[in-house]
Amino acid sequence: MRVFMLGWEFPPHISGGLGTACFGLTKGLDEVGVEVVFVLPTAVPIASSHVKMRTAANLTGTRPGSAFSAASSSSTDPTQHVFHHVELRQVNAVLQAYANPRVSSAAVQKMVAQVALGKSATPQMLGMFQTQMAAAALAAGADVPSGQFSQGAGAHYNGDLMGQVYRYARLALELAERETFDVIHAHDWMTYPAGLAVAAATHKPLVVHVHSTEFDRSGDNVNQQVYDIERAGMHGADKVVCVSHLTRTIVASRYGVPADRLDVVYNAVDLPNGDEWPMKPIRQDEKIVLFLGRVTMQKGPEYFLRAAKKVVEKFTDVRFVMAGSGDMITRCIQDVADLKIGRYVTFTGFLRGDDVGKIFQMADLYVMPSVSEPFGIAPLEALSHNVPVIISKQSGVSEILTHALKVDFWDVDEMANKILAVLRHPPLQRTLRQHGHIELRKFSWRDSAQKLSSIYSSLADRRN
Amino acid sequence: MASVVFYFQVHQPFRLRRYSIFDSDTTYFDNWRNETICRKVATKCYLPANRAILDMIRKHEGRFRVSYSLTGTVIEQFKRWAPEVLDTFHELARTGCVEFIAETYYHSLAFLYNRDEFVAQAKKHRAFIADLLGQEPRIFRNTELTYNNDVAKVVEEMGYDAILTEGADHILGYRSPNFIYNPPNCSHLKMLMKNYRLSDDVAFRFSNRAWTEWPLTAEKFAGWVDQINGNGYVCNLFMDYETFGEHQWADTGIFEFLRALPEKILAAGKNDFLTVSQAVQRYPSVGEVDVPHMISWADTERDISAWLGNSMQANALHDLYSLADRILDTEDATLIHDWRKLQSSDHFYYMCTKWFADGDVHKYFNPYESPYDAYINYMNILDNVRTRISTRAKS
Repeated sequence: MRVFMLGWEFPPHISGGLGTACFGLTKGLDEVGVEVVFVLPTAVPIASSHVKMRTAANLTGTRPGSAFSAASSSSTDPTQHVFHHVELRQVNAVLQAYANPRVSSAAVQKMVAQVALGKSATPQMLGMFQTQMAAAALAAGADVPSGQFSQGAGAHYNGDLMGQVYRYARLALELAERETFDVIHAHDWMTYPAGLAVAAATHKPLVVHVHSTEFDRSGDNVNQQVYDIERAGMHGADKVVCVSHLTRTIVASRYGVPADRLDVVYNAVDLPNGDEWPMKPIRQDEKIVLFLGRVTMQKGPEYFLRAAKKVVEKFTDVRFVMAGSGDMITRCIQDVADLKIGRYVTFTGFLRGDDVGKIFQMADLYVMPSVSEPFGIAPLEALSHNVPVIISKQSGVSEILTHALKVDFWDVDEMANKILAVLRHPPLQRTLRQHGHIELRKFSWRDSAQKLSSIYSSLADRRN
Repeated sequence: MASVVFYFQVHQPFRLRRYSIFDSDTTYFDNWRNETICRKVATKCYLPANRAILDMIRKHEGRFRVSYSLTGTVIEQFKRWAPEVLDTFHELARTGCVEFIAETYYHSLAFLYNRDEFVAQAKKHRAFIADLLGQEPRIFRNTELTYNNDVAKVVEEMGYDAILTEGADHILGYRSPNFIYNPPNCSHLKMLMKNYRLSDDVAFRFSNRAWTEWPLTAEKFAGWVDQINGNGYVCNLFMDYETFGEHQWADTGIFEFLRALPEKILAAGKNDFLTVSQAVQRYPSVGEVDVPHMISWADTERDISAWLGNSMQANALHDLYSLADRILDTEDATLIHDWRKLQSSDHFYYMCTKWFADGDVHKYFNPYESPYDAYINYMNILDNVRTRISTRAKS
C-alpha cells in the first residue's frame, strides 16, 4: 500500500494541531507498513525539522525545469525519529495554515465546480482544469523557480491564499505523474483541490481528512469560497475521514455528505519517553493555569479570562498564562485591563518546540475553553506532561477522554468552579493526573493509522 | 432441609443538588430529583414487589418469609413522597412473616472513621424501626455488607444476635456460604454469609440473554436451591430490593419469577423459608470465619474500594468525619442531620474511578457526569457546612 498524501504543515513548523496530527498519522502509518509520499509546500522549511527523512530539505531539483524538489537526508542525530516508509516532497506553493484568504479570484468558484466534476473528467476537461490552475498560479504571482526559495521570503505568506491553493494543486498534479501510489489522502481544505485534481488525473481513490471545518473556524460567518472547496472535496472523495463524531455530524448536516462515506479516526498523542515526573522549577506558591493555543474566536480565550476573573475573587495565589498568538490577542489584553486582573495574567506569545514542554511542566492545570474544537490534541499533550485538564464539551476529544473535567465553553461560572476545585484540592489534581496518564495509553497513532490503513485497503480493493 | 433466607435492602440516598463554590445557601439536597426518583421506584418496584410478597405470604399461609432492611433516609423519603409504600410495609410487618434488620440510619461508612458516630446511627435506626414497625431488630447489617472482625465485635456489644455479610471467595475458600458461622472474637454473635452466585443469578443475570441459563425459571432456580440439601442449612439470597422492577424491569418477567418461586421451593417438601432470626435460632454455627480486612458485597473485588479507592474519596471522607466533634457540639439539629445525610455511602460511590471493569453498574446509578464532578460538588457543600459551624460558634 502506497499513499500520496497532501498536507501543508509538519513539525516543528506548525501553527496548530494539523501538523502534529499529520506527523503522528504518518509515523503510525510508517509503523504499520504503509508507504507514504507526503507532499508539502516549501513554505515549511524542513531542514531544521527533528525528523529524519529519506528526502528532505534542500531545494535541489530532481528534474530540470521542474517545480518540485527532493533532497537527501541531512540529519544524522540518532535520537531523532526515523521514518522507513515515508518520503516528503515539497512544492513551491506557499501556504499558511490558518490565514484568511484575502483576495478572491473570479476563476476560483468555476474551478471548484470543475474539480468537483473531475471525478469523471475527460482529458479535455483535465486539460482545461490544468490551464485554469496555471492561470490561478499566475494570478498568485510569478512562479518561484525551484531551488530559489529562501526562508526569508515572507512575502509569499499572506499573499493570495486561493491562488496558492490552486498552484499547490497544479504542482501536486505534476508531481503525481512521476509517482506510483494506490490511494490519495488530502488533509483539510487547502489540499482538497489538489486531491481532486490528482484523483481525476489518476483515477485513484481519494480520502479527504477533515481536521476542522469552516464552521469551526468562523462560526456562522463562513467564507463562501472555503466552504465551496470543502464541500467539493468532501463530495468528490470516496471516503471522508473526520477527527471526531462532533465533526462527522457537522460534515453530514452542513455539507450534506452521505453517512456511508463518513468515518471517524481519532487523533492520538505520543507518550514522553520513560516515566516523566519532572522536577518542577523552583517557584513561588503560585499555581499556574494555562491556556495554550491560537488566540482566536474558535478557541474561546475570552471565556478563559472571564473565568479567571471569577477565580481570583476566591483564590489569589494563581497565575493565568495565555500562551499563543492570534487575531484576538489585542482584544484579550484589553479584556484583562477591563476586568482588572492584569496582575494575575501573563501573555507569553506563540510558543514552539521545547518551550511548549516547559510551560506544560510548570502548569498546574490546562484549560481548553474552545467554542468549537473538532478534536483538540493539546489536552492529550498536557496529560502526557502530567497536567490535569479542563476541556470544553464542544470538543471532539471530550468524546474519548474520561479523566478530564468538562464544561460548556459558555458556562464561565462552572469553569471557575472547576478551576478553583483543582487549585484548592490536591487530591483532585492527583487523581486526574494519575488516571489521565493511564488513560492516555488508549490513544495511539498506531491504532489511528491502522484504521486509516483498513480504509485505504477497502478503497483500493473496490477499485480493483 | 435447606432454608431459603431472603433479605432485601431498601435504600435511597438524599442526592445533592449542583452546588457551586459561588453558592452560599444551605439547600444541599436536590429534592425535586429525590422525589422524582422515589416516586418512580415506588411505582416500578416497591409497590408491586410489596404486593407480590404480601400475596405470596397469604397464599402460602405463613410458610413464605422474608427479611428487609430499610434505611432511615429511604423511610424519610417515603414519609414525604410515597406514604403508600410505608402502608404496605406496615401491612407486611403485621403478617408476622417479615423481619426487619438494623443498620446505620444514614447508610453510612461511619464505622471506618468514627466508632461513636457508628453506634449512635445504629441506635437511632433501631429505635426508629421499633417505633415505626413495632419490631425491635435483632440482626444487624452494615452498609453494603461492609464487614470485618471489629465490626462484629462492636455489633455484638450492641446486643445483636447475628450479622450479615458477603460470602466472599477469598474469605470462605473451600467453605460454603450455606452454613452459619461465627466471628473468632465474639462469644455468641453469628454470621450469615451471602450466597453470591445464586443471589446474583437473580439480581444481575436474570435478564441477561447472553447467560447460558437464560431464561431463569422458578423451577430451575428451585432445583439449584434443592441441591443445597445435605450440603448446607441455608440459602442466603441477599439483594437490593430494587432488583424487582428497577434493575430488572417488569417486562423481564422478574415479578412472575418472584410469585412463582415460593411454590416451587416448597414443592419438594424438604425446603422452607426463614427470616434471618429464625435461621439463626434453628441452626448452629459450624465454625469460625476470620475476616481481618474489610469486605463488602460490591464489585468483583468484594472490598471497600468502591467508596474508598482513590484519593478524592479518602479526602472527602476524612474531611467529613474530621468535623464530627465540632458539628455535634453545635447541638444544631438541622446542621447535624444535614451532616449525617452527607455520610450516605452513595456520595462516595459517585466518586469512584474504577470505571473500566465495573463501569456499567457505577455509571447507571451515578447522577453526575463524572466522579470528578461528584467530588467537586461534595467538597463545595462541605465548605458551606464548615462556615455554618463557625457561624454557630461565634453566636
